[in-house]
Amino acid sequence: MDQVIFYGLALITIVGALATIFSRNAMYSVLALVVTFFAMSGLYLQLKAEFVAIVHIIVYAGAIMVLFLFVVMMLNLNTVSTIIRSNVNIKWIAVLVGISIAGILGYGTYVTTLPVRGDNTAENGTVKVLGKMLFNEYLLPFELTSVLLIATMVGVIVLTKKEE
Amino acid sequence: MEKSIFDTVPLEQFVILSLILFCIGMIGVLRRRNMIVVFMSIELMLNAVNLLAVAFSAHRGDPSGQVFVFFVMVVAAAEVALGLGILMMIYRNVKSVDINALKQLKW
Repeated sequence: MDQVIFYGLALITIVGALATIFSRNAMYSVLALVVTFFAMSGLYLQLKAEFVAIVHIIVYAGAIMVLFLFVVMMLNLNTVSTIIRSNVNIKWIAVLVGISIAGILGYGTYVTTLPVRGDNTAENGTVKVLGKMLFNEYLLPFELTSVLLIATMVGVIVLTKKEE
Repeated sequence: MEKSIFDTVPLEQFVILSLILFCIGMIGVLRRRNMIVVFMSIELMLNAVNLLAVAFSAHRGDPSGQVFVFFVMVVAAAEVALGLGILMMIYRNVKSVDINALKQLKW
């Protein structure tokens, strides 16, 4: 049963990702990416990482994709004529490069012996355990992320402000 | 040992899934000319790495990997906000989101 769910979610993820990069309309790309993110969150649940799954939905499907949708709608890309079309060959070279790198990495995975399996308890992915880790071992990086976020916020506001 | 997903689905399959996702994202970055789609492809690559980190974390039974995923998400959110801000500014100046509109940045 687990296996069937895993393959179903993996299929949805891959199809969604392919639809994201191959669809002509940027709007469809965004919607396909939302589907991909939901399927990935299901994979996180299968790995017993509840906290990551929930945060993934809130942050990616909720915040980031809304931001993308907002920009796509605001720019109204259908009226923008796409200028210079690049060489068609380059598109196929891109696919070729992607597939060959997948092959190289896949070969690397194949020849590497993966680490021994540890004992994963269901508690490991809960907010309780991760919260304790965040506020003990990772307290400094956690506080630094707030500095990063405030710097980003100020930066974006300064960047997009219309000059007087 | 508790029942876990790795009884039926070995870790290799998670590695291969995230590998495929990463390469799809890379193809998107190389192939597309629309800056918004390039950004989305970068998100896809970041997510592939996140999936790999969570898979190894669950495999080893060590929650540190999930904490790192949390940090990656924070950085990704900041990156998207800033990137889309820059994109808006570029659009305001050159009236296009085509990457080729920025050819003068080449050198």
